[in-house]
Amino acid sequence: MSDTTMTARFVPNRLNSRASRILRSWESLLLVVAVGIFVLNSFASPYFLNAWNLSDATYNFTEKGMIAFAMALLIISGEIDLSVASIIALASTAMGLAVQYGAGTPELVVIGLTVGLLCGAFNAIFVTVLGLPSIVVTIGTMSLFRGISYIILGDGAYGGYPDSFAWFGQGYIYWVFTAEIGIFAVIAVIYGVVLHKTNFGRAVYAIGNNSTGALFSGIRVQRVKFILFLLTGLMSGVAAICLTSRLGSTRPSIATGMELNVVTMVVLGGINILGGSGSIPGVVIAAFVMGLVTFGLGLLNVPGIVMSIFIGLLLIGVIALPRLWTMLAAKRRSA
Amino acid sequence: MSVFRKVMASAAIAATMFATPVMAEEKVRIALVVKALGIGFFEAAAKGAEEAAAELGNVEIIYTGPTDTTAEGQIEVINALIAQNVDAIAISANDTDALVPALKKAMSRGITVISWDSGVAAEGRQMHLNPSSNPLIGNMIIKLAADHMPDGGDVAVLSASATATNQNIWIEEMNKVTGNYSGINVVATVYGDDLADKSYREAQGLMASYPNLKAIIAPTTVGIVAAAQAVTDAGKIGEINVTGLALPSEMAGHIESGASKSFAIWNPIDLGYAATMIAYNLASGTATAEAGKSIPMGRMGEVALDDKYEGAMADPFVYDASNIDAFKSIF
Repeated sequence: MSDTTMTARFVPNRLNSRASRILRSWESLLLVVAVGIFVLNSFASPYFLNAWNLSDATYNFTEKGMIAFAMALLIISGEIDLSVASIIALASTAMGLAVQYGAGTPELVVIGLTVGLLCGAFNAIFVTVLGLPSIVVTIGTMSLFRGISYIILGDGAYGGYPDSFAWFGQGYIYWVFTAEIGIFAVIAVIYGVVLHKTNFGRAVYAIGNNSTGALFSGIRVQRVKFILFLLTGLMSGVAAICLTSRLGSTRPSIATGMELNVVTMVVLGGINILGGSGSIPGVVIAAFVMGLVTFGLGLLNVPGIVMSIFIGLLLIGVIALPRLWTMLAAKRRSA
Repeated sequence: MSVFRKVMASAAIAATMFATPVMAEEKVRIALVVKALGIGFFEAAAKGAEEAAAELGNVEIIYTGPTDTTAEGQIEVINALIAQNVDAIAISANDTDALVPALKKAMSRGITVISWDSGVAAEGRQMHLNPSSNPLIGNMIIKLAADHMPDGGDVAVLSASATATNQNIWIEEMNKVTGNYSGINVVATVYGDDLADKSYREAQGLMASYPNLKAIIAPTTVGIVAAAQAVTDAGKIGEINVTGLALPSEMAGHIESGASKSFAIWNPIDLGYAATMIAYNLASGTATAEAGKSIPMGRMGEVALDDKYEGAMADPFVYDASNIDAFKSIF
């Protein structure tokens, strides 16, 4: 919240001041949860506090996090994209196909990003030009994109990616810092600046709060939404490059179910699922929280289903607590 | 501030969930990683692993796996096991290729890696234990159908997911020998993704599309139960015989009703037992994984490795009305 944007044209995230106060404390609350989980993990397992183990653990959230940033903007604007995991499958399949024709690493990156953008544009056309609800459109394309992968690959797999391609998902930038966490950090900064420091970001909030009002304020609502779908597709393409590189192979079942993990991460990060509010730092912390919880429980060999229960409880708990608190406070005041 | 305190309080409750007894360090820790938890077959394999651990004495079994059958889920599990520096990983893979980088990393950190049931590509493991040989299984599933079809007729296959490594190999082997059974005609292969409801609908679809269908072959424990139920619900017991690979406990009712006349399976208890024995012998250095050599598997004898570092444990075993009662309480 810089002073310049406030004086230029201040559009509050929400008009309700109490809600905005809670929101301002959301990131700090989440940070406390993250630190708490980190400390608990350190006590619970002797293997947790090890730089290389923590480095491995970052893979639990980096790819999902990359998409979560774009998804956060989309959800703030009042839309959603449930086809992201299927875009990964299609982009990965396209890259695998290209490898069979001898494509090198630069070509693969271009193909992955292009397929992501095209899928995003496909969603965007149906939502912004035809005016269909995004949840319906993207449930459809969720089946469509992955379906194309199944048609191309069937029960087969693409492999044989060039050695240099492995850098994205298996390489290190410096010491224990992986290429993926580097990409994650760069994307986080870009999205943080775009959402919180630019007119475009203000427009996203405005659309989410009142799209008709935003339209009459001169914001090109459909164009902004179109760009947001393109960005979500592009980020899915980036995640597809990283995940494919990490696995070293492509099957049409790649990243199955990832879209719900991404949405969970976004909501845990304090983005209002109904649109209009939320912040990028919140999503960053939520990514770490989810990564730390799954890795910590994994170290204790907690079965995956218990892990899902834990993530679910965490989500409900973190969202319900501030709400409960305000209700209790209001009751005490009236009594 | 009170909000924070409340969060910390709930986190403290969570801490009790984290607290587990500290394990004795000198034990050999063998991780049995399965495709997904909550599947009867793998629970039985875990029993066998515990049996081997009890026999060996100084072994701790870590039975683990993801919630759904994805490669990404198994990689998260493998990373956690590498972090704990376990002695051996014995894995039934969700994906032949995708696990290779993670398992290579495990081996580079000195962890013994073997695959069992559903294999990993050769560079991602030291050896692979097949429960049986693929040609024998492929032959067995078509034979089970043909045995009850003296006049021949149409049969269809209900498989797991289209990417399931072992199901695809068995169906391929089956197709190679189908010609040996005169009059048997495989009309379709459909995929139930190892989900009960989807498999049920696919079986219904088969019955609707092929009115002359005589048998459904389901080489998956989830698919066969769903198919037998679909046949029962359609009132086609006696017309359509459901067969394939299944767990006796899950199929006992359908053998009794006649929806399934017979089915086959190796013993998953033996499989978990044998995988644990092999992992122990390789991790402790009493055996090495080399082509042409044999590795002892306790009461299961020895497994001979071929040039792809693979070996078969035993022949599949046929279950029918004569022996189902004896086995249904075991697994």
